[in-house]
Amino acid sequence: MFEIKNLKASLADEDKQILKGMDLTIGDGEVHAIMGPNGSGKSTMSYVASGKPGYVVDEGEVLLDGVNLLELDPAERAAAGLFLAFQYPVEIPGVGNMTFLRTAVNAQRKARGEEELNAAEFLKLVREKAKSLKIDADMLKRPVNVGFSGGEKKRNEILQMAMLEPKMCILDETDSGLDVDAMKLVSEGVNALRDGKRSFLVITHYQRLLDHIKPDVVHIMADGRIIKTGGPELALEVEHNGYADLLNEVA
Amino acid sequence: MAVTEDVAKEGIEQETVDAVKTVGEKYKYGFETDIEMEYAPKGLNEDIVRLISEKNNEPEWLLEWRLAAYRRWVQLEEPDWAMVDYPEIDFQDQYYYARPKSMMEKPKSLDEVDPKLLETYQKLGIPLREQMILAGVEGAEDIPAEGRKVAVDAVFDSVSVGTTFKEELAKAGVIFMSISEAVQEYPDLVRKYLGSVVPVSDNYYATLNSAVFSDGSFVYIPEGVKCPMELSTYFRINAENTGQFERTLIVADKGSQVSYLEGCTAPKRDIAQLHAAVVEIVIMEDADVKYSTVQNWYPGDEEGKGGIYNFVTKRADCRGDRAKVMWTQVETGSAVTWKYPSCILRGDDSQGEFYSIAITNNYQQADTGTKMIHLGKNTKSRIVSKGISAGRAQNTYRGLVTMHPKAKNSRNFTQCDSLLIGDKCGAHTVPYIEVKNNSSRVEHEATTSKVDDEQMFYCLQRGMDEEEAVALIVNGFAKEVLQALPMEFAMEAQKLVAISLEGSVG
Repeated sequence: MFEIKNLKASLADEDKQILKGMDLTIGDGEVHAIMGPNGSGKSTMSYVASGKPGYVVDEGEVLLDGVNLLELDPAERAAAGLFLAFQYPVEIPGVGNMTFLRTAVNAQRKARGEEELNAAEFLKLVREKAKSLKIDADMLKRPVNVGFSGGEKKRNEILQMAMLEPKMCILDETDSGLDVDAMKLVSEGVNALRDGKRSFLVITHYQRLLDHIKPDVVHIMADGRIIKTGGPELALEVEHNGYADLLNEVA
Repeated sequence: MAVTEDVAKEGIEQETVDAVKTVGEKYKYGFETDIEMEYAPKGLNEDIVRLISEKNNEPEWLLEWRLAAYRRWVQLEEPDWAMVDYPEIDFQDQYYYARPKSMMEKPKSLDEVDPKLLETYQKLGIPLREQMILAGVEGAEDIPAEGRKVAVDAVFDSVSVGTTFKEELAKAGVIFMSISEAVQEYPDLVRKYLGSVVPVSDNYYATLNSAVFSDGSFVYIPEGVKCPMELSTYFRINAENTGQFERTLIVADKGSQVSYLEGCTAPKRDIAQLHAAVVEIVIMEDADVKYSTVQNWYPGDEEGKGGIYNFVTKRADCRGDRAKVMWTQVETGSAVTWKYPSCILRGDDSQGEFYSIAITNNYQQADTGTKMIHLGKNTKSRIVSKGISAGRAQNTYRGLVTMHPKAKNSRNFTQCDSLLIGDKCGAHTVPYIEVKNNSSRVEHEATTSKVDDEQMFYCLQRGMDEEEAVALIVNGFAKEVLQALPMEFAMEAQKLVAISLEGSVG
């Protein structure tokens, strides 16, 4: 279970609170979506939860299976099972995709006291997972995200997710910059990882992604907190009417 | 580390302090071997030069050569143009010759070898059979070797303590032995080539080396021979207050090929030690030489105390047409590095390549680069330099590319990239370019970057700790050079990159 309790957080550089008491609970195996206007704090929530430097937590907790992630460093949070699919995955020149994946997988295994995968085991696993995402051998050899198209970068994020087998996945605007075909491929990758136990939080601006990754619960976020929670129909409502009505409703 | 800024600040600082404190401790080869040594008296004068020559039982011409160098050296002044800063070296407060006592008589079996010498090689990761040969055990050569073959010459302080695979190499016509032995067995070859690439008068440290070099390696690859295995020399400074002055001479005759590896370590000491080596390579028509170095001399502690002062002159002379040389260096050690492996491209269509990774952490200083001297027509050179600075270190690339009037249609490409970790270190690029004809082309590219916060967080979010992440990013930055190294060396170098940068982030 993933829980955010009364989370308040600010930017470290300026005295500006972005998250103003956010609450969210995602049960095992559930898929939740967060929608909301620009600047409502959706991405900030994902950064604060995963421990990106530059934010100050003023109050609150982020729990994964009862463990307060905010007390762990970013690598420990990852090993505890939190995965963030980035909106803009960074390029790491000279570092082969495979090397990166293997280092990450083994770092997490080591942190959890599991045995590291040897080269052969790893290769077998990565080939298997890559195939379903239509990631070819060439893409595995190329440096991490360097010269990748938008679609390739997002598929690569999902491949990392598949390899790391996290408990809780946050997808930060995974649909941004994707054409319809790429979005379908990425969604299929995500759906393949739904196993009844793994939980997902999908951050998006558009309802169309939710046609492919069907959420159990939809939240609307505005000004640093969740203002409305409902079923998939809430996303359709936003798609048709925009956020204005919802914001007025709250105000 | 939590996300709150105040906690992060405090936490990071403490972590950094702790990590930096342990850096000196983590130098794996910092142990000292307590072994009975034979020293020449401290200081440098003509008598010491004579004594070294006598210890090696050298012919008269070599003694005269040394003395001429010594007399020139006393009139020279230490150069000060490099971007390095160190206390004045007292050349009279050094030993110029030290050798393990057990080397005076050849041991018959392993039992007779000073076990401490064996232990040293073991700690350095040299296999047992090689340990025995290096320790000079008679008959050890006859024990079959396991795995891939690499012939090793080991230089312990001032003397070569043994060379492996000598016989097998001899069958192929390859001569690989210590230079002191070569002076005895192949005096004509040594006399013909010694000082022909780096003359006695070349520079302050090369002149000093010519006067007092005590040992080193000699390689001769005959015409048309592809050396059947990789050759390597292992340099170890053990004795205190002792400079190491070794001399390596490699001659690759027409159409031959050889790959040569060099590794260096030294114990941890508070007092800096001097290392002034000379490497000369002669490359004839169509011959191809690859020379790789992993330099891991003790870098000094986290406050900049101790460490090796590394003043090295390395030069390859492509004397024949289509001769090729490739220098690859991974410089992670030494308190001060002053080193410019160079290529003289004399033969038409000859080629020189220089690939370098120089890592400096704490108070280390490196001023390193290359010289590409284009003399022949259609000569080509390529320079790829990757400088990485962390802590309070200063890292300078200094390179000369010169196209002489007769070097028509020659080309050079230079790429210098610097990576900074933290905000107290420095990176400098000092290229010198001289073009004296109008058909040659010289290209120079330089970049400076910092380890990017977004890249770091991306790695951390995938579960890597900070040191793993930095090592990964830095190895990626240096990949082009790592790829130029022989396989096993590349693996070792990758690990070394990680170790050298431990404690550089927090």
